Amino acid sequence: MKISGHAVVIGSDVDTDMIIAGRYLRTTDKKIWVEHAFEDYDSTIAERLRGSVIIAGNNIGCGSSREQAAAALKEAGVLAVVAPSFARIFFRNCVNLGLYVFECDITGCKDGDIVTFDPDMSYVETGGKIYEAKELSEKMKDILKAGGLAGYLGEKR
Amino acid sequence: METLSERILEGPAGSYVDRAVDRAFAHDGTGIQALVALRGFKKQNLAAPEKVSIIYDHIAPANNTTTANLQHDLRDFSISKGFSFHDVGCGICHQIMSEGECLPGEIVVGADSHSCTMGALGAFATGVGATDMAGIWATGETWFRVPETINVHLSGDFSGFAEPKDAALMYIKKLGMDGGTYMALEFTGEGAEAMPVSGRLTLSNMAVETGAKAGLFYSDKKTAEYLAEYGKKADIQTPSDCSYERTVNIDLSNLEPLLAVPNRVDNAVPVTDYSGTKLDQVFLGTCTNGRYDDLLRFSAIVKGKKVKVRTVVVPASRSVLSKALKNGILSDIIEAGCTVCPPGCGPCLGAHMGVLGEGEVGLSTANRNFKNRMGVGAEYYLCSPQTAAASAVTGEITSPEELL
Ligand code: SF4
Repeated sequence: MKISGHAVVIGSDVDTDMIIAGRYLRTTDKKIWVEHAFEDYDSTIAERLRGSVIIAGNNIGCGSSREQAAAALKEAGVLAVVAPSFARIFFRNCVNLGLYVFECDITGCKDGDIVTFDPDMSYVETGGKIYEAKELSEKMKDILKAGGLAGYLGEKR
Repeated sequence: METLSERILEGPAGSYVDRAVDRAFAHDGTGIQALVALRGFKKQNLAAPEKVSIIYDHIAPANNTTTANLQHDLRDFSISKGFSFHDVGCGICHQIMSEGECLPGEIVVGADSHSCTMGALGAFATGVGATDMAGIWATGETWFRVPETINVHLSGDFSGFAEPKDAALMYIKKLGMDGGTYMALEFTGEGAEAMPVSGRLTLSNMAVETGAKAGLFYSDKKTAEYLAEYGKKADIQTPSDCSYERTVNIDLSNLEPLLAVPNRVDNAVPVTDYSGTKLDQVFLGTCTNGRYDDLLRFSAIVKGKKVKVRTVVVPASRSVLSKALKNGILSDIIEAGCTVCPPGCGPCLGAHMGVLGEGEVGLSTANRNFKNRMGVGAEYYLCSPQTAAASAVTGEITSPEELL
Protein backbone atom coordinates (compact mmCIF):
# COMPACT_ATOMS: atom_id res chain seq x y z
CA MET A 1 0.00 0.00 0.00
CA LYS A 2 1.42 3.34 -1.02
CA ILE A 3 1.70 6.24 1.40
CA SER A 4 2.01 9.90 0.41
CA GLY A 5 3.02 12.94 2.34
CA HIS A 6 4.14 16.50 1.78
CA ALA A 7 7.85 17.22 1.78
CA VAL A 8 9.49 19.16 4.58
CA VAL A 9 12.96 19.97 3.29
CA ILE A 10 15.92 20.49 5.63
CA GLY A 11 19.66 20.87 5.06
CA SER A 12 22.76 18.75 5.66
CA ASP A 13 24.30 17.85 9.05
CA VAL A 14 21.12 18.66 10.99
CA ASP A 15 22.06 17.26 14.39
CA THR A 16 19.76 15.77 17.00
CA ASP A 17 20.14 18.91 19.17
CA MET A 18 18.44 20.76 16.29
CA ILE A 19 15.68 18.15 16.04
CA ILE A 20 14.97 18.32 19.76
CA ALA A 21 17.04 20.53 22.05
CA GLY A 22 18.64 19.15 25.20
CA ARG A 23 16.50 21.38 27.41
CA TYR A 24 13.38 19.38 26.50
CA LEU A 25 14.78 15.92 27.14
CA ARG A 26 14.05 15.43 30.80
CA THR A 27 10.49 14.29 30.47
CA THR A 28 8.64 11.26 29.26
CA ASP A 29 5.82 13.44 27.89
CA LYS A 30 6.13 13.03 24.12
CA LYS A 31 3.88 16.04 23.43
CA ILE A 32 6.65 18.34 24.60
CA TRP A 33 8.98 16.93 21.95
CA VAL A 34 6.36 17.41 19.25
CA GLU A 35 5.77 21.03 20.24
CA HIS A 36 9.48 21.90 20.23
CA ALA A 37 10.71 19.80 17.29
CA PHE A 38 13.28 21.69 15.18
CA GLU A 39 12.83 24.75 17.41
CA ASP A 40 16.50 25.80 17.21
CA TYR A 41 16.73 25.02 13.50
CA ASP A 42 13.56 26.54 12.07
CA SER A 43 10.64 27.20 14.36
CA THR A 44 8.12 27.05 11.50
CA ILE A 45 8.76 23.34 10.91
CA ALA A 46 6.95 21.87 13.93
CA GLU A 47 3.49 22.81 12.70
CA ARG A 48 4.15 21.32 9.25
CA LEU A 49 5.21 17.88 10.43
CA ARG A 50 1.90 16.01 10.55
CA GLY A 51 1.62 13.80 7.48
CA SER A 52 5.00 14.90 6.15
CA VAL A 53 8.02 13.19 4.66
CA ILE A 54 11.26 14.79 5.78
CA ILE A 55 13.69 15.32 2.93
CA ALA A 56 17.07 15.92 4.48
CA GLY A 57 20.60 16.50 3.27
CA ASN A 58 23.60 14.39 4.23
CA ASN A 59 24.21 13.10 7.73
CA ILE A 60 20.75 13.72 9.16
CA GLY A 61 20.57 13.12 12.92
CA CYS A 62 24.26 13.41 13.71
CA GLY A 63 25.47 14.17 17.20
CA SER A 64 23.78 13.01 20.37
CA SER A 65 22.24 9.51 20.49
CA ARG A 66 19.00 10.88 21.98
CA GLU A 67 16.14 8.73 20.79
CA GLN A 68 13.77 11.60 21.54
CA ALA A 69 14.77 13.02 18.13
CA ALA A 70 13.26 10.08 16.26
CA ALA A 71 10.44 9.82 18.81
CA ALA A 72 9.51 13.49 18.29
CA LEU A 73 9.20 12.97 14.54
CA LYS A 74 7.20 9.78 14.94
CA GLU A 75 4.91 11.38 17.51
CA ALA A 76 4.46 14.48 15.33
CA GLY A 77 3.10 12.30 12.55
CA VAL A 78 6.10 12.26 10.21
CA LEU A 79 5.63 9.36 7.76
CA ALA A 80 9.22 8.81 6.66
CA VAL A 81 12.68 10.36 6.56
CA VAL A 82 14.59 10.47 3.27
CA ALA A 83 18.27 11.46 3.10
CA PRO A 84 21.37 10.62 1.05
CA SER A 85 23.06 9.57 4.31
CA PHE A 86 21.99 9.15 7.92
CA ALA A 87 23.95 9.32 11.14
CA ARG A 88 23.81 5.67 12.12
CA ILE A 89 22.38 5.94 15.65
CA PHE A 90 19.53 8.14 14.41
CA PHE A 91 18.95 5.65 11.58
CA ARG A 92 18.69 2.74 14.04
CA ASN A 93 16.46 4.78 16.33
CA CYS A 94 14.01 5.51 13.49
CA VAL A 95 13.81 1.84 12.57
CA ASN A 96 13.40 0.84 16.21
CA LEU A 97 10.46 3.22 16.57
CA GLY A 98 8.86 2.12 13.30
CA LEU A 99 9.61 5.31 11.39
CA TYR A 100 10.39 4.58 7.72
CA VAL A 101 13.81 5.58 6.43
CA PHE A 102 14.99 5.83 2.84
CA GLU A 103 18.64 6.35 2.07
CA CYS A 104 18.53 8.16 -1.24
CA ASP A 105 19.20 11.52 -2.79
CA ILE A 106 16.18 13.45 -4.02
CA THR A 107 17.62 16.51 -5.64
CA GLY A 108 15.38 19.45 -6.29
CA CYS A 109 12.52 18.42 -4.01
CA LYS A 110 10.80 21.49 -2.54
CA ASP A 111 8.74 22.10 0.59
CA GLY A 112 5.20 20.90 0.00
CA ASP A 113 5.97 18.58 -2.94
CA ILE A 114 4.14 15.28 -2.68
CA VAL A 115 6.41 12.34 -1.88
CA THR A 116 5.12 8.77 -2.16
CA PHE A 117 6.57 5.50 -0.91
CA ASP A 118 5.57 1.89 -0.42
CA PRO A 119 6.64 0.57 3.00
CA ASP A 120 7.58 -2.75 1.42
CA MET A 121 9.74 -1.28 -1.34
CA SER A 122 13.04 0.53 -1.32
CA TYR A 123 12.28 3.55 -3.44
CA VAL A 124 10.43 6.85 -3.18
CA GLU A 125 8.56 8.78 -5.87
CA THR A 126 8.19 12.48 -6.33
CA GLY A 127 7.64 14.81 -9.28
CA GLY A 128 6.92 11.81 -11.51
CA LYS A 129 10.35 10.32 -10.87
CA ILE A 130 11.46 7.23 -8.97
CA TYR A 131 14.47 7.38 -6.65
CA GLU A 132 16.08 4.08 -5.62
CA ALA A 133 17.01 3.81 -1.97
CA LYS A 134 19.62 1.53 -0.44
CA GLU A 135 18.06 -1.79 0.52
CA LEU A 136 17.61 -2.40 4.26
CA SER A 137 18.76 -5.61 5.92
CA GLU A 138 16.14 -8.33 6.39
CA LYS A 139 16.14 -7.74 10.14
CA MET A 140 15.54 -4.01 9.74
CA LYS A 141 12.65 -4.74 7.38
CA ASP A 142 11.16 -7.14 9.93
CA ILE A 143 11.53 -4.59 12.73
CA LEU A 144 9.78 -1.96 10.61
CA LYS A 145 7.03 -4.38 9.65
CA ALA A 146 6.41 -5.05 13.34
CA GLY A 147 6.08 -1.31 13.94
CA GLY A 148 9.41 -1.13 15.76
CA LEU A 149 11.69 -3.15 18.00
CA ALA A 150 9.10 -3.54 20.79
CA GLY A 151 6.67 -5.17 18.39
CA TYR A 152 9.43 -7.25 16.79
CA LEU A 153 10.66 -8.64 20.11
CA GLY A 154 7.06 -9.21 21.18
CA GLU A 155 6.58 -11.47 18.17
CA LYS A 156 9.97 -13.19 18.42
CA ARG A 157 10.33 -13.86 22.13
CA MET B 1 43.30 -10.20 6.45
CA GLU B 2 40.91 -8.57 8.83
CA THR B 3 40.54 -5.14 10.31
CA LEU B 4 40.19 -5.00 14.09
CA SER B 5 36.42 -4.47 13.76
CA GLU B 6 36.08 -7.50 11.48
CA ARG B 7 38.15 -9.56 13.91
CA ILE B 8 36.05 -8.63 16.93
CA LEU B 9 32.66 -8.79 15.21
CA GLU B 10 33.67 -11.98 13.36
CA GLY B 11 32.38 -11.05 9.96
CA PRO B 12 33.48 -9.33 6.77
CA ALA B 13 32.83 -5.62 6.27
CA GLY B 14 29.33 -5.03 4.95
CA SER B 15 27.79 -8.15 6.49
CA TYR B 16 25.09 -8.08 9.16
CA VAL B 17 25.72 -10.09 12.32
CA ASP B 18 23.87 -10.71 15.58
CA ARG B 19 26.27 -10.68 18.49
CA ALA B 20 26.12 -11.01 22.26
CA VAL B 21 27.13 -7.78 23.98
CA ASP B 22 29.90 -8.11 26.59
CA ARG B 23 29.11 -4.83 28.34
CA ALA B 24 26.09 -2.59 27.92
CA PHE B 25 25.80 0.77 29.62
CA ALA B 26 23.51 3.76 29.84
CA HIS B 27 23.44 6.98 31.86
CA ASP B 28 20.78 8.87 33.78
CA GLY B 29 19.49 10.50 30.58
CA THR B 30 19.30 7.53 28.23
CA GLY B 31 18.89 4.89 30.94
CA ILE B 32 15.46 6.16 31.94
CA GLN B 33 14.40 6.24 28.29
CA ALA B 34 15.61 2.65 27.92
CA LEU B 35 13.59 1.69 30.99
CA VAL B 36 10.49 3.31 29.51
CA ALA B 37 11.13 1.39 26.27
CA LEU B 38 11.61 -1.87 28.18
CA ARG B 39 8.29 -1.34 29.93
CA GLY B 40 6.69 -1.19 26.49
CA PHE B 41 7.94 -4.68 25.62
CA LYS B 42 5.59 -7.63 25.98
CA LYS B 43 8.16 -9.56 28.04
CA GLN B 44 10.36 -7.59 30.37
CA ASN B 45 12.75 -10.25 31.65
CA LEU B 46 16.46 -9.38 31.48
CA ALA B 47 19.01 -11.61 29.77
CA ALA B 48 22.20 -10.75 31.66
CA PRO B 49 21.79 -7.94 34.20
CA GLU B 50 25.36 -8.44 35.46
CA LYS B 51 26.60 -7.18 32.09
CA VAL B 52 24.70 -3.90 32.36
CA SER B 53 26.16 -0.73 33.90
CA ILE B 54 24.20 2.39 34.76
CA ILE B 55 26.21 5.53 35.42
CA TYR B 56 24.74 8.83 36.62
CA ASP B 57 26.65 11.63 34.96
CA HIS B 58 24.53 13.87 32.73
CA ILE B 59 22.57 15.83 35.31
CA ALA B 60 24.22 14.57 38.44
CA PRO B 61 23.31 15.43 41.12
CA ALA B 62 19.76 16.13 39.93
CA ASN B 63 18.85 19.77 39.22
CA ASN B 64 15.08 19.69 39.78
CA THR B 65 12.17 17.51 40.82
CA THR B 66 11.45 16.07 37.36
CA THR B 67 15.04 14.91 36.94
CA ALA B 68 15.19 13.63 40.51
CA ASN B 69 12.03 11.57 40.03
CA LEU B 70 13.31 10.00 36.81
CA GLN B 71 16.62 9.22 38.48
CA HIS B 72 14.85 7.74 41.49
CA ASP B 73 12.89 5.38 39.25
CA LEU B 74 15.93 4.13 37.32
CA ARG B 75 18.07 3.87 40.46
CA ASP B 76 15.53 1.61 42.19
CA PHE B 77 15.15 -0.50 39.09
CA SER B 78 18.91 -0.85 38.51
CA ILE B 79 19.68 -1.86 42.06
CA SER B 80 16.78 -4.28 42.32
CA LYS B 81 17.75 -6.01 39.05
CA GLY B 82 21.44 -6.34 39.85
CA PHE B 83 22.83 -3.88 37.32
CA SER B 84 26.24 -2.45 38.12
CA PHE B 85 25.02 0.91 39.39
CA HIS B 86 27.21 4.00 39.72
CA ASP B 87 25.48 6.89 41.43
CA VAL B 88 26.10 10.64 41.18
CA GLY B 89 29.66 11.79 41.71
CA CYS B 90 31.33 8.70 40.24
CA GLY B 91 32.03 10.38 36.92
CA ILE B 92 31.23 10.26 33.20
CA CYS B 93 30.00 6.92 31.85
CA HIS B 94 32.77 6.61 29.24
CA GLN B 95 35.44 7.38 31.81
CA ILE B 96 33.99 4.85 34.28
CA MET B 97 33.91 2.22 31.53
CA SER B 98 37.53 2.96 30.66
CA GLU B 99 38.63 2.50 34.28
CA GLY B 100 38.71 -1.29 34.11
CA GLU B 101 35.07 -2.02 33.25
CA CYS B 102 35.80 -3.18 29.73
CA LEU B 103 38.62 -5.02 28.00
CA PRO B 104 40.30 -5.35 24.60
CA GLY B 105 38.38 -7.54 22.15
CA GLU B 106 35.04 -7.04 23.88
CA ILE B 107 31.86 -5.83 22.24
CA VAL B 108 30.70 -2.81 24.19
CA VAL B 109 27.47 -0.92 23.52
CA GLY B 110 26.47 2.27 25.27
CA ALA B 111 23.32 4.34 25.09
CA ASP B 112 25.34 7.43 24.29
CA SER B 113 26.96 8.55 21.07
CA HIS B 114 30.45 8.81 22.55
CA SER B 115 30.50 5.13 23.49
CA CYS B 116 33.12 4.78 20.77
CA THR B 117 35.58 6.03 23.44
CA MET B 118 36.38 2.46 24.52
CA GLY B 119 37.84 1.73 21.09
CA ALA B 120 40.99 3.23 22.64
CA LEU B 121 41.37 -0.02 24.59
CA GLY B 122 40.89 -2.26 21.55
CA ALA B 123 37.22 -2.97 22.24
CA PHE B 124 34.57 -2.70 19.54
CA ALA B 125 32.52 0.00 21.21
CA THR B 126 29.63 1.89 19.74
CA GLY B 127 26.57 3.91 20.66
CA VAL B 128 22.87 3.13 20.27
CA GLY B 129 19.58 4.72 21.23
CA ALA B 130 17.31 3.88 24.14
CA THR B 131 15.12 1.24 22.50
CA ASP B 132 18.17 -0.63 21.20
CA MET B 133 19.56 -0.52 24.74
CA ALA B 134 16.31 -1.94 26.14
CA GLY B 135 16.51 -4.67 23.49
CA ILE B 136 20.02 -5.54 24.70
CA TRP B 137 18.87 -5.64 28.33
CA ALA B 138 16.12 -8.02 27.28
CA THR B 139 18.01 -10.29 24.88
CA GLY B 140 21.70 -9.78 25.70
CA GLU B 141 22.48 -9.19 22.03
CA THR B 142 21.99 -6.88 19.11
CA TRP B 143 22.68 -6.65 15.38
CA PHE B 144 25.64 -4.91 13.79
CA ARG B 145 26.58 -4.08 10.27
CA VAL B 146 30.30 -4.87 10.23
CA PRO B 147 31.83 -1.56 9.19
CA GLU B 148 34.39 -0.77 6.55
CA THR B 149 37.42 0.90 8.09
CA ILE B 150 39.29 4.13 7.52
CA ASN B 151 42.91 4.09 8.61
CA VAL B 152 43.94 7.23 10.49
CA HIS B 153 47.71 6.95 10.30
CA LEU B 154 49.63 9.00 12.84
CA SER B 155 53.30 9.61 12.18
CA GLY B 156 55.89 11.67 14.05
CA ASP B 157 55.68 12.99 17.56
CA PHE B 158 53.98 16.02 19.07
CA SER B 159 56.07 19.15 19.30
CA GLY B 160 55.51 22.36 21.22
CA PHE B 161 52.09 22.54 22.84
CA ALA B 162 50.20 20.36 20.38
CA GLU B 163 48.54 17.39 22.05
CA PRO B 164 46.06 14.56 21.40
CA LYS B 165 43.04 16.90 21.21
CA ASP B 166 44.69 18.80 18.37
CA ALA B 167 45.26 15.51 16.55
CA ALA B 168 41.58 14.70 17.06
CA LEU B 169 40.44 18.06 15.67
CA MET B 170 42.78 17.55 12.72
CA TYR B 171 41.51 14.12 11.69
CA ILE B 172 37.92 15.37 12.00
CA LYS B 173 38.78 18.36 9.81
CA LYS B 174 40.28 16.00 7.23
CA LEU B 175 37.34 13.57 7.27
CA GLY B 176 34.52 16.06 7.78
CA MET B 177 31.43 15.61 9.92
CA ASP B 178 30.13 12.75 7.79
CA GLY B 179 33.39 11.40 6.36
CA GLY B 180 33.26 8.33 8.57
CA THR B 181 29.52 7.60 8.45
CA TYR B 182 28.73 3.87 8.91
CA MET B 183 32.47 3.14 9.10
CA ALA B 184 35.05 2.46 11.78
CA LEU B 185 38.31 4.34 12.23
CA GLU B 186 41.52 2.55 13.11
CA PHE B 187 44.35 4.63 14.52
CA THR B 188 47.72 3.24 13.47
CA GLY B 189 51.34 4.26 13.04
CA GLU B 190 54.16 5.18 15.38
CA GLY B 191 52.20 8.17 16.68
CA ALA B 192 49.38 5.87 17.78
CA GLU B 193 51.78 3.44 19.39
CA ALA B 194 53.61 6.17 21.29
CA MET B 195 50.42 7.80 22.53
CA PRO B 196 49.47 7.18 26.18
CA VAL B 197 46.06 5.59 26.73
CA SER B 198 44.66 8.90 28.04
CA GLY B 199 45.37 10.49 24.64
CA ARG B 200 44.01 7.49 22.75
CA LEU B 201 40.76 7.88 24.67
CA THR B 202 40.54 11.49 23.43
CA LEU B 203 40.98 10.40 19.80
CA SER B 204 38.57 7.46 20.00
CA ASN B 205 36.01 9.60 21.83
CA MET B 206 35.67 11.96 18.89
CA ALA B 207 35.35 9.28 16.18
CA VAL B 208 31.58 9.79 16.22
CA GLU B 209 32.07 13.43 15.20
CA THR B 210 32.95 12.07 11.74
CA GLY B 211 29.87 9.86 11.81
CA ALA B 212 31.99 6.76 12.52
CA LYS B 213 30.47 3.98 14.59
CA ALA B 214 33.77 3.09 16.26
CA GLY B 215 37.35 4.35 16.56
CA LEU B 216 39.88 1.71 17.52
CA PHE B 217 43.46 1.41 18.67
CA TYR B 218 45.16 -2.00 18.86
CA SER B 219 45.71 -2.97 22.45
CA ASP B 220 49.42 -3.12 23.27
CA LYS B 221 51.84 -2.96 26.17
CA LYS B 222 50.59 0.50 27.08
CA THR B 223 46.99 -0.73 27.17
CA ALA B 224 47.98 -3.68 29.34
CA GLU B 225 49.88 -1.44 31.77
CA TYR B 226 46.98 0.99 31.91
CA LEU B 227 44.42 -1.73 32.66
CA ALA B 228 46.75 -3.35 35.20
CA GLU B 229 46.35 -0.17 37.27
CA TYR B 230 42.68 -1.12 37.58
CA GLY B 231 43.53 -4.73 38.38
CA LYS B 232 42.64 -6.05 34.92
CA LYS B 233 44.59 -8.30 32.60
CA ALA B 234 44.45 -7.33 28.95
CA ASP B 235 45.16 -9.26 25.77
CA ILE B 236 47.52 -7.70 23.25
CA GLN B 237 46.18 -7.36 19.70
CA THR B 238 48.66 -7.65 16.85
CA PRO B 239 47.77 -5.69 13.73
CA SER B 240 47.62 -7.69 10.52
CA ASP B 241 47.72 -6.48 6.95
CA CYS B 242 44.19 -5.54 6.06
CA SER B 243 42.37 -3.50 3.49
CA TYR B 244 41.20 -0.08 4.47
CA GLU B 245 38.56 1.94 2.71
CA ARG B 246 40.99 4.85 2.71
CA THR B 247 43.91 6.21 4.69
CA VAL B 248 44.22 9.65 6.25
CA ASN B 249 47.76 10.67 7.21
CA ILE B 250 48.50 13.03 10.06
CA ASP B 251 52.01 14.10 10.90
CA LEU B 252 51.90 14.89 14.60
CA SER B 253 55.17 16.82 14.45
CA ASN B 254 53.50 19.40 12.18
CA LEU B 255 50.50 20.00 14.42
CA GLU B 256 49.89 23.24 16.23
CA PRO B 257 47.19 24.01 18.81
CA LEU B 258 43.81 24.08 17.07
CA LEU B 259 40.33 25.46 17.68
CA ALA B 260 37.04 24.14 16.31
CA VAL B 261 35.12 27.28 15.43
CA PRO B 262 31.33 27.40 16.01
CA ASN B 263 29.15 25.61 15.01
CA ARG B 264 31.02 22.79 13.35
CA VAL B 265 33.41 20.31 14.92
CA ASP B 266 35.22 19.88 11.59
CA ASN B 267 35.91 23.60 11.34
CA ALA B 268 39.42 23.51 12.83
CA VAL B 269 41.85 26.41 12.48
CA PRO B 270 45.05 27.42 14.29
CA VAL B 271 44.27 28.95 17.69
CA THR B 272 46.29 32.00 16.68
CA ASP B 273 43.68 32.85 13.98
CA TYR B 274 41.37 33.84 16.83
CA SER B 275 43.88 35.19 19.35
CA GLY B 276 42.40 37.98 21.41
CA THR B 277 38.75 36.89 21.13
CA LYS B 278 37.18 37.87 24.47
CA LEU B 279 35.79 34.98 26.49
CA ASP B 280 33.00 34.75 29.06
CA GLN B 281 33.81 31.24 30.24
CA VAL B 282 36.42 28.52 29.92
CA PHE B 283 35.45 24.91 30.59
CA LEU B 284 37.87 22.05 31.18
CA GLY B 285 36.35 18.60 31.40
CA THR B 286 34.10 16.07 29.57
CA CYS B 287 34.64 12.55 28.29
CA THR B 288 37.06 14.04 25.75
CA ASN B 289 39.40 15.95 28.05
CA GLY B 290 38.52 15.55 31.72
CA ARG B 291 41.19 12.97 32.53
CA TYR B 292 44.08 13.29 34.96
CA ASP B 293 46.63 13.99 32.22
CA ASP B 294 44.37 16.80 30.95
CA LEU B 295 44.08 18.37 34.40
CA LEU B 296 47.82 18.00 34.81
CA ARG B 297 48.63 19.86 31.57
CA PHE B 298 46.06 22.52 32.43
CA SER B 299 47.39 23.03 35.95
CA ALA B 300 50.98 23.31 34.76
CA ILE B 301 49.94 26.49 32.92
CA VAL B 302 47.58 28.09 35.47
CA LYS B 303 49.70 27.26 38.52
CA GLY B 304 50.75 30.36 40.42
CA LYS B 305 48.62 32.61 38.18
CA LYS B 306 45.06 33.94 38.39
CA VAL B 307 42.47 33.20 35.72
CA LYS B 308 40.89 36.32 34.19
CA VAL B 309 37.59 34.74 33.18
CA ARG B 310 35.20 32.40 34.99
CA THR B 311 36.66 28.95 34.58
CA VAL B 312 34.84 25.72 35.30
CA VAL B 313 36.81 22.52 35.82
CA VAL B 314 35.04 19.16 35.99
CA PRO B 315 37.12 16.03 36.56
CA ALA B 316 35.88 13.11 34.45
CA SER B 317 35.64 10.73 37.40
CA ARG B 318 36.07 10.36 41.12
CA SER B 319 39.40 8.61 40.61
CA VAL B 320 40.60 11.51 38.45
CA LEU B 321 39.48 13.89 41.20
CA SER B 322 41.23 11.95 43.96
CA LYS B 323 44.44 11.65 42.01
CA ALA B 324 44.37 15.38 41.29
CA LEU B 325 43.74 15.99 44.97
CA LYS B 326 46.51 13.68 46.12
CA ASN B 327 49.09 15.08 43.74
CA GLY B 328 48.32 18.68 44.60
CA ILE B 329 47.24 19.84 41.16
CA LEU B 330 43.69 20.38 42.34
CA SER B 331 44.83 23.05 44.77
CA ASP B 332 46.88 24.68 42.00
CA ILE B 333 43.70 24.82 39.93
CA ILE B 334 41.53 26.12 42.77
CA GLU B 335 44.08 28.71 43.88
CA ALA B 336 44.24 30.00 40.30
CA GLY B 337 40.58 30.94 40.76
CA CYS B 338 38.85 28.08 38.90
CA THR B 339 35.52 26.62 40.02
CA VAL B 340 35.70 22.86 40.45
CA CYS B 341 32.44 20.93 40.03
CA PRO B 342 31.68 17.30 40.94
CA PRO B 343 32.71 14.59 38.46
CA GLY B 344 30.24 14.21 35.59
CA CYS B 345 29.33 15.89 32.32
CA GLY B 346 29.01 19.33 33.93
CA PRO B 347 27.86 22.01 31.49
CA CYS B 348 28.80 19.96 28.39
CA LEU B 349 25.19 19.32 27.41
CA GLY B 350 23.91 22.72 28.51
CA ALA B 351 21.85 21.45 31.42
CA HIS B 352 23.52 22.89 34.52
CA MET B 353 26.72 24.04 36.21
CA GLY B 354 27.95 26.53 33.65
CA VAL B 355 25.34 27.08 30.95
CA LEU B 356 26.24 30.11 28.84
CA GLY B 357 23.96 33.12 28.44
CA GLU B 358 22.79 34.67 25.19
CA GLY B 359 25.60 36.36 23.27
CA GLU B 360 28.28 34.86 25.50
CA VAL B 361 31.40 33.24 24.12
CA GLY B 362 32.86 30.12 25.67
CA LEU B 363 35.91 27.98 25.18
CA SER B 364 35.58 24.31 26.00
CA THR B 365 37.57 21.10 25.87
CA ALA B 366 34.42 19.16 24.88
CA ASN B 367 33.71 17.39 21.63
CA ARG B 368 30.77 19.36 20.22
CA ASN B 369 30.22 23.03 19.47
CA PHE B 370 26.73 22.68 18.00
CA LYS B 371 24.50 25.72 17.99
CA ASN B 372 22.80 26.32 21.37
CA ARG B 373 24.21 23.12 22.90
CA MET B 374 25.88 24.76 25.87
CA GLY B 375 23.49 27.69 26.12
CA VAL B 376 20.85 29.18 23.83
CA GLY B 377 22.29 32.04 21.82
CA ALA B 378 25.85 31.39 22.99
CA GLU B 379 28.84 30.40 20.91
CA TYR B 380 31.72 28.29 21.83
CA TYR B 381 35.00 27.09 20.55
CA LEU B 382 36.60 23.69 21.19
CA CYS B 383 40.24 23.31 22.13
CA SER B 384 42.83 21.34 24.08
CA PRO B 385 43.37 21.57 27.85
CA GLN B 386 46.53 23.64 27.35
CA THR B 387 44.79 26.14 25.08
CA ALA B 388 41.98 26.31 27.65
CA ALA B 389 44.53 27.04 30.37
CA ALA B 390 46.37 29.73 28.42
CA SER B 391 43.07 31.37 27.50
CA ALA B 392 41.77 31.24 31.07
CA VAL B 393 44.86 33.07 32.23
CA THR B 394 44.43 35.89 29.70
CA GLY B 395 40.62 35.95 29.50
CA GLU B 396 40.75 35.75 25.74
CA ILE B 397 41.54 33.06 23.18
CA THR B 398 45.26 32.47 23.49
CA SER B 399 47.54 29.77 22.18
CA PRO B 400 49.77 28.31 24.91
CA GLU B 401 52.65 29.16 22.61
CA GLU B 402 51.80 32.86 22.85
CA LEU B 403 51.66 32.82 26.63
CA LEU B 404 55.09 31.47 27.41
S1 SF4 C 1 30.77 14.74 28.82
FE1 SF4 C 1 29.49 15.67 27.24
S2 SF4 C 1 29.85 14.48 25.42
FE2 SF4 C 1 30.65 13.30 27.13
S3 SF4 C 1 28.98 11.91 27.73
FE3 SF4 C 1 28.79 13.77 28.96
S4 SF4 C 1 27.39 15.11 27.82
FE4 SF4 C 1 28.11 13.53 26.41
